Amino acid sequence: MNRITEHPVLQPEERKKVAFSFDGKKCEALEGEVISSALYANGIKIFSRHKKDDGPQGIFCANGQCAQCSVIADGLTVKSCVTPVREGMKVATLKGTARLPRVACVQEFGRVEELDVDALIIGGGPSGLAAAAELGKLNVNTLIIDDKTTFGGKLVLQTHKFFGSVEDCYAGTRGIDIAGKLEHQLKEYPSVKAWPDATCLAVFSDKKAGVLRGDKYYLIRPKALVSATGAREKSLAFPGNTLPGVYGAGAFQTLVNRDLVRPAERLFIVGGGNVGLIAAYHALQAGIKVVGLIEALPECGGYKVHADKIKRLGVPVYTRHTIVRADGKEGLETVTIAGVDEKFKTLPGTEKTFEADTLLIAVGLSSVDEFHAQALEAGMESFVCGDAEEIAEASAAMFSGKITAHKVLKSLGVMAAPVPQFWFERLEVLKSRPGVTKTPAAKDHAKPVYPVLHCRQEIPCNPCVTVCPKKSIKLCGDSIMNTPQFTGDCIGCFKCLIICPGLAVTIVDYRKDAKNPTVALPFEIGRGLVRKGDKVQLTGWEGADLGEAEVVDVKDFKAENTLVVIVKTTPEKADLAASLKLFPAEAGRKTVTDLARADDETIICRCERVSLGEIRRAIRSGMRDLNQLKAVTRAGMGACGAKTCATILLNIFRSEGVDLKEVTGFTRRPLFVEAPLGVFSGVKCRTEADEKASWSGF
Amino acid sequence: MKNKYDVIIIGAGSIGVPLAMSLAERKLKTLVLEAAASPGQGQNKCAIGGIRATHSDGSKIKACLRSIRIFSGWEQDHGDDIGWIKGGYLFPVYTENDESVLKELLKVQQGFGLNINWISADKVRELVPGIAAKDLRGGTWSPDDGSASPLLSINAFYRRAVKLGAEFRFREPATEILSEKGAVTGVRTAQGCYTTACVVNAAGAEAAKVSEPTGIKVPVKPDCHEAGITEPAERFFEPMVVDIRPGDKSKNYYFYQNFEGQIVFCLTPQPQLWGADRRSTSEFLPEISKRMIALMPNVANLKVRRTWRGLYPMTPDGFPVVDFPPALKGYVLAVGMCGQGFMLGPGLGEALAAHIAGKPAAEDKEILAGFRLERSFAGQEKLK
Repeated sequence: MNRITEHPVLQPEERKKVAFSFDGKKCEALEGEVISSALYANGIKIFSRHKKDDGPQGIFCANGQCAQCSVIADGLTVKSCVTPVREGMKVATLKGTARLPRVACVQEFGRVEELDVDALIIGGGPSGLAAAAELGKLNVNTLIIDDKTTFGGKLVLQTHKFFGSVEDCYAGTRGIDIAGKLEHQLKEYPSVKAWPDATCLAVFSDKKAGVLRGDKYYLIRPKALVSATGAREKSLAFPGNTLPGVYGAGAFQTLVNRDLVRPAERLFIVGGGNVGLIAAYHALQAGIKVVGLIEALPECGGYKVHADKIKRLGVPVYTRHTIVRADGKEGLETVTIAGVDEKFKTLPGTEKTFEADTLLIAVGLSSVDEFHAQALEAGMESFVCGDAEEIAEASAAMFSGKITAHKVLKSLGVMAAPVPQFWFERLEVLKSRPGVTKTPAAKDHAKPVYPVLHCRQEIPCNPCVTVCPKKSIKLCGDSIMNTPQFTGDCIGCFKCLIICPGLAVTIVDYRKDAKNPTVALPFEIGRGLVRKGDKVQLTGWEGADLGEAEVVDVKDFKAENTLVVIVKTTPEKADLAASLKLFPAEAGRKTVTDLARADDETIICRCERVSLGEIRRAIRSGMRDLNQLKAVTRAGMGACGAKTCATILLNIFRSEGVDLKEVTGFTRRPLFVEAPLGVFSGVKCRTEADEKASWSGF
Repeated sequence: MKNKYDVIIIGAGSIGVPLAMSLAERKLKTLVLEAAASPGQGQNKCAIGGIRATHSDGSKIKACLRSIRIFSGWEQDHGDDIGWIKGGYLFPVYTENDESVLKELLKVQQGFGLNINWISADKVRELVPGIAAKDLRGGTWSPDDGSASPLLSINAFYRRAVKLGAEFRFREPATEILSEKGAVTGVRTAQGCYTTACVVNAAGAEAAKVSEPTGIKVPVKPDCHEAGITEPAERFFEPMVVDIRPGDKSKNYYFYQNFEGQIVFCLTPQPQLWGADRRSTSEFLPEISKRMIALMPNVANLKVRRTWRGLYPMTPDGFPVVDFPPALKGYVLAVGMCGQGFMLGPGLGEALAAHIAGKPAAEDKEILAGFRLERSFAGQEKLK
């Protein structure tokens, strides 16, 4: 079983076991677990065969957005990532198109319930929950829905501590814990109803939102609609991109951090934004080896502390590199990368191949804005917040939810006062992209014990300042974008070290031995990995090797789920040491790649398996309307509704030298998530199996 | 002259594109002006794809028989798969009244030599496994009708038209039909003027607006129908199924399983939704869900993928207007297809092209005979 039983942050709960079968083979799931995670836990990674080429398919978004993970469960085609396993369920590989199970007769039709609310919030992630709380404070009749069974959105996948400021957005607290706090907070507001497992399918021109709650369909009539729908992951076009084992970083985090399933042994990551960097860190926490991470730009786009954190642990980060291809028979076996020039063109002769069973795509996010667009078209009072409005950190999303709630209050006439200007300013700071990176400053004091702040890039973050009992850590300016500095006295309490989301604080201590100081290093990987007496490889703030050191103590701060590894070192290295290396980097194997067939091996529309070659030929024949391209090639016509390929298609137009002003975009029509026809009339049917079972033959 | 054409067609839709193809086949220099960015982006792509000759009047029957010849032979003749399926049309019957209406019509249709018959309830159940058996009396069945993909078809016609020399200008709507002394002289667009002595109004739902400045009133106004498509499933029935019983908020509805295995369905709202609003309402899915599942419980578990609304350019009597109004020489109307533009297009295009070229055969004349502008519009299409 590929389950994570030991994790530095997450504790597996005791759950009932559920028996099910896959293609006749006996399997075991945990109660309430979705099929996809249960299959992965049982070592099954191929869920279906594509009707076009019989190619294997596995998980991709794990977020209910695509339909890549479809399987047959008890005769019905279902998305395995959102369908819980039931006791005795018969799951089977979906091969091509499925046969419909026979339904004997209709027993009754239900009524579509219509519900009036003042505010409907679509999405129970950080921004939606924050908005709901603000509305709840003023007793506004609010309904917040989320398509998952628990609220929190992507917060529930975040095992790391948050950036931002303590007063505004729970900085220094782990994402999973913030989710719980926000959801719990809603219980204080009786005017807020929260529906988990409720998916918005569409917003209609008659100002109603169609919501599928479990298998019951509702039409909600809100006075104001808030889209707190977050973002979806962008994808990437390269040969082999449909192989099972190639999927989004979000899917990976869902498997690992939500469902505690270990889906990989050797992981490779494309994308050095925060999502990719954090995924690498999460993998290490789950005991998965990260073979490498590539980024096409000269620098990783994510926070430097995130990048440095993984470099120090030994993950090679290749900037100015791209993915050339992924190979494998029935799943990913190798990943080939290559260097790129300033124009992102692959440099021949720089190809390197690594063995990996999993490749994560973390190349950015795009806003989920279709409900907002439809609501505006319908002339509704429509608002948008969080990533659905602009991609930023969860800390900013919470603040944007609060601000949006006040806009809603105003539109409902509940509160006439405008949103204070400084709220907008605060939001802007939290949304900030990282600023300049400063070089390490020379030590300017001779304190016996002191923190070293390996935090040198300007990011919106201040927990270390807030937590220091001696008020000895200060920002270099008023804005929380400023980097912190140590001025004053240190008592060696470890508080700054433990709260720092970037694991960028160490404590150097000369008190016991003025010649051989100790350095306390934050460590959140595995308990038991490092023990007193071990020799470890010290690494500097950007991962440089500092040689061996002996561990003199390991302290376990259980409440914070953080270990502090204390090593003995020299005065020269004491201020440099930031972490310890888990494994040496692999060099990869030099290869030569044949790209002659690359266009035909690169899939753009995953649902319909339309290749880059087909798209290029269509563009070169003069097509400039995505709707025509769809009509002719079927790209964008599949189950996901062009959610994955729409942006890639535009990039192909660009790469073909077409001015995007000439290109007509997809017409977007509901539904935005597929739903069985029967739910719209609340039908209760008897299947042939029911018929047989009920006929006793007296 | 560069900007001089034998024929200019306004509208690259269900009618304009196959007509351009037929005109180009006859070596007429043809230009198509279209407001949208590519062919078939108006109502053509909203069509669900049904193609039948089993109408109730000679003109439509003959036009559609010719269309069926073109659709069914397309892949063999030109190599493109357009998703043609000879699945037939089936009208299942559950009431005595419907039985007598359809049987009456059957005589007319058989009189035109159409292959359509009354079949027993057992045969209906055999053709559509899982269809509700209670009160099923039988139905009419026309095995030679079928379906094709409107999306693939119009693009195949477009490619052929271009290959034969027809020119298309997209994102370039006609702004004015130019005339002198009662005769067409050209068409103006924002980009320039084009000279011609023959302009065809094939503007579908926009036909009345396009015609207005000429002073020739065309009695076409659009009403809205809602349609949808499911995920694919293994093929389990062949015909287009048309249920003519009224529902709570609808008249008839119809559906079939397309060449990809997806079920495509369309509903006629009652009361009719006049106007050009194509945004989706919340009423469609509950209504169609109840009606389709009551008829065919099997489809309850099939997931709906997408829905849309399309316009039927309606005339008062349900028949198209394809004519050469004498008030403006060189002006041709090919309008008011009443939701049947896709199936009428290729056949009608050939017949109209023959007229425009000045060499109509007897059948070409018969096809246009029923679609005159000067008529009472008092009758009613028997079966929509």
